[in-house]
Amino acid sequence: MEHKENHIVGYGTYIFVWLTLVALTALTVTVANFDLGNFSIVLALAIASIKALLVMLIFMHLKFDDKIFRIFVFIAFLTLAIFLVLTFSDYSFIR
Amino acid sequence: MNQVAEASITTSVHRDDVGAKIGMWLFLFTELILFGGMFLAYAVYRFTYRDFFALASKELDVFVGLINTLILLTSSLTMAMSITALRRGSKKLSLTFLSITIFFALLFLVNKYFEWSAKFHHGLFPGSNELLTLPRGEIIYFGLYYVMTGLHAVHVIVGMIILIFMFFYIKSGKVNQDYYIMLENSGLYWHLVDIIWIFLFPLFYLIH
Amino acid sequence: MNTLNVPIDGNGSDGNHLDYLHSPKKYKGILNWILSTDHKKIGILYLISMLTFFSVGVFFGFLMRLELISPGKTIMEPQTYNQIFTLHGVIMIFLFIIPGLPAVFGNFFLPIMIGAKDVAFPRLNLFSWWLFILGGFVALVSLFLPGGPADTGWTFYIPYSVRTSTNVIPALIGAFILGFSSILTGLNFITTIHRLRAPGMSWFKMPLFVWSLYATGWVQILATPIVGITLLLVAIERWFGVGIFDPALGGDPILYQHLFWIYSHPAVYIMILPAMGVISEIIPVYARRTIFGYRFIAFSSLAIALFGSLVWAHHMFTVGMSDTAMWIFSLLTFLVAIPSAIKVFNWVATLYKGSIVLEPAMLFALSFIFNFTIGGFTGLMQGALALNIHIHDTSFIVAHFHYVMFGGTGFGIFAALHHWFPKMFGRMYNKRTAKISCLFMFIGFQLLYFPLFIAGYLGMPRRYYDYLPEFHIWHFISTVGSWVLITGLIIMFANLIIALRKGEKALANPWGGVTLEWTLPSPPIHENFETIPTVDKEPYDFTHYQELEEVKN
Repeated sequence: MEHKENHIVGYGTYIFVWLTLVALTALTVTVANFDLGNFSIVLALAIASIKALLVMLIFMHLKFDDKIFRIFVFIAFLTLAIFLVLTFSDYSFIR
Repeated sequence: MNQVAEASITTSVHRDDVGAKIGMWLFLFTELILFGGMFLAYAVYRFTYRDFFALASKELDVFVGLINTLILLTSSLTMAMSITALRRGSKKLSLTFLSITIFFALLFLVNKYFEWSAKFHHGLFPGSNELLTLPRGEIIYFGLYYVMTGLHAVHVIVGMIILIFMFFYIKSGKVNQDYYIMLENSGLYWHLVDIIWIFLFPLFYLIH
Repeated sequence: MNTLNVPIDGNGSDGNHLDYLHSPKKYKGILNWILSTDHKKIGILYLISMLTFFSVGVFFGFLMRLELISPGKTIMEPQTYNQIFTLHGVIMIFLFIIPGLPAVFGNFFLPIMIGAKDVAFPRLNLFSWWLFILGGFVALVSLFLPGGPADTGWTFYIPYSVRTSTNVIPALIGAFILGFSSILTGLNFITTIHRLRAPGMSWFKMPLFVWSLYATGWVQILATPIVGITLLLVAIERWFGVGIFDPALGGDPILYQHLFWIYSHPAVYIMILPAMGVISEIIPVYARRTIFGYRFIAFSSLAIALFGSLVWAHHMFTVGMSDTAMWIFSLLTFLVAIPSAIKVFNWVATLYKGSIVLEPAMLFALSFIFNFTIGGFTGLMQGALALNIHIHDTSFIVAHFHYVMFGGTGFGIFAALHHWFPKMFGRMYNKRTAKISCLFMFIGFQLLYFPLFIAGYLGMPRRYYDYLPEFHIWHFISTVGSWVLITGLIIMFANLIIALRKGEKALANPWGGVTLEWTLPSPPIHENFETIPTVDKEPYDFTHYQELEEVKN
C-alpha cells in the first residue's frame, strides 16, 4: 500500500479551492437571512459539508492519497452518523 | 550473528511515512468523535429547545463569526501552500506561508478574546447570575457555545504551538524537501481545526 | 552450543544474543524498564501495574461481599459502601479489564505474531503506559482527599454526579486520561497491523488474536472519545456550573446516559474481543487441531465491533425512551449475539475429534467458554424488553456482567497468562498447582455469582447496602464463594511468582504451538527475530504436529 508520493498539488488549485470556500461561506450567510423553516438547517449543513469535503479532498490530500485513507474517513463519519441517527430514534419519537 | 549484524539492526533507521500518516489520521478521528459527541448534544438540545436556540443566537455577532471563518479558511490555504513550497524546494517560501498561517491562528484567538470579553461584560458567562435568569433553553445554548468554541480555541492554541515547532524544524532542516511527513501531519491537524469551525459557525451564528 | 542459560530445542536462535530481559541496557536499574520502548518490556510493565490495580479492586470486592454477607450493617456505613462499589467499578473497568489483554499480551505478542520487531510507534507505546499510570494515580488520589472517593457508581449518572460533594472530578479526569491511553494503544496496533506484517503474512494468514486486536483497536479509536468528552463535560459542569446536563439548568439526564453508553457499551467489546482472540489461539494448540471456521471467526470479530456499537441504549430501557428506540435497540441487541455465538460454536467444533490436552491454559479456556455462554445468554435475556423491565438494576445484571467480564475476560487473561508465561519469562510454573488454582477459581466463581442471578430475579436491587431477609441465603453463599475465589487467585499468583524465581527453564515451544511466537527462544531476544521470517503456512497448521511432538520429546 503506497500512496502516490510524486503528486504535489499546485498553488493554483489551492487558491481555486479557497475561492470556492469563500463563496460558499458568503452563500451560507446569505441564505441564513431567509426564513426557510426546517430546510434552513438542512441547507446550512449541506453547505458546511461541501466545504468540509473540499478541505478534506484537496487541502488534506485525500483525493490524491491511497484509497484506504478515504475508506477510513468514511468509516469515521459513518460512525458519527450512526450515533446521531440511533440517538434520534429516541428523541424523534417520544410521545 | 556477529557484531556487525547487531550494529546494523540497532543503527538502521526505521522510517515509515505512510504509517505515520495513518497514525495521524487515526488520531484525527478521535478528535472528530470528541467534537462529534458535542455536536450530538447540540443536535438533541436544538431539537428540544428550537425557539430558545434561535433567540439566544441573536446575542452572537455574525460579522465577527464570519471574519473568524475567513481567517481559518485562509490559514488552511497558506498551510497547504507551505507544504507545496517545501516539496518544491522553496524553503523560504514555505516558512513564509507557515508564518502567515501562525499569524492567522493568533488573529483568530485575538478575535475570540474580544468576542468573549464582550459577552462577559454583558454578564453572559457560565455560572453568571444574568445567565441563570434566562430561559433554560438559552442557558443550555450558551453552555454549549462556551464549551464547544472554548475547546475549539484550545485546539487552535495547540495547533499554533505545533506549527511554531514546525517553523523551527524547517528552519533547522530537520523537516525538509525529502522528509516532510511531520509538516504534512501538522497540516492535517490544522485542517481539522478548520473543519470543526466550518460546522460551528452556521450552527451557532446563523440560526434564524 | 549456546551461551544463553535458556535451553533451546532447535526452534530458537543459535544463542549469541541475550534475551530481552537481559539485553544491553541504555539505562540502569528501573529506568531500563520505565524508559524502555521495547514492546515486550512495556507489556510486562502493564502486567505488573494492572495486577496491582486488580488486587486493590479485588480487595474492594472482598469488602463489599463482607458487608453483604448479612442484612444490616456488617463492617461499614452505607456511604462508605457506595464509595467502595464506585471505586471497585472504576478500578476493575478502567484499570484492569479495558487495558487488560491488549496492553499486556497485545503489546508483547502482536509484533511477534505478525513477524515484526516492534509496534509502529514504540515511543507512543511507552507514553500510553505512562498515561495509564498517571490516570490510575489521579483516579485513586480521591481516596485520600477530604470527602473521599466518588459515590456515584462508575457510571456517574446525572444529576447526582453534579450534586454530590464527594471527589468526582479526580475520578472523571482519571478516566479521561485512561481513555487516552486506550486510544493510543488502539491507534498503535491498527497502524502496526496495516504496516508491519512480515512478507507472506496476508490478512488471512494472521493469527486470530491479531484479528481480535484489530477489531478492538477500531472500537478504542472510534468509541472512547465519546466518553472522553462526556466525562469532561460533567467535570466542566461541576467546576464552572456551565449548564450541559444538569436538569436544573435545562440539561437532559437521558442525553448524558446516551452519550455515556455510546462508549461504555462498545467498551465491553473492547474487553471481550481480545479474550475471544486468546481462546481462538489456545483451543487449537491444546486440541492439536486447526481452528474450525477461521474466516468466520475473523469476520465475526469485525461484526461484533460493528454491531456492538449499535446497541448501547439497552442499558436505558427503563428511563422513558421512545417505544421506537426501545424495540430498535432490543432487536440490535439480539443481532449482536449472533457473531458471538458463531465463535462459541467454532471453538466447540474445533474440540470435536481433537486430541485434547488439559494443560492449565486449556482449563482456563474451557472455563471461559462455560462462563461466557452463561454470561452471553443472560445478556440476551436482558435484551428482551419485557424481562428487562423486571430485572434492570437488580443483582441479575451484576451477575450477568461479572460472568462475561470476569468469567469471560478475566479467565481469558488467566488463560493467556498460563499459555504465554513460559515464552515471556523463560520459566515453567507448577502445572498441578495451576490446575488446582483454576478449580478453586471456577468453583468459587460459580458460588459467588450464580446466586446473584437468583436473588436478582427474585427482586434484590443492585448497589444496595442493605436488603430484606429473604435474600440472605443467596448473599451468604455468594460471600463464601468470594472467599473460595480469592483463595484460588492467591494460589494462582503465588504459583506464578514462585515460578519467576524458581521455575524450571522453559522450552521454546512447551505446548506445541504453530504461531510465530513459538519459533522464538523463551524468552525472546530484544529484536524478536534475527531475520524477519517469510510466512508461507496457513495459520494453525497442525499437520506437522507429529514432527513437533518428536522434537519436543
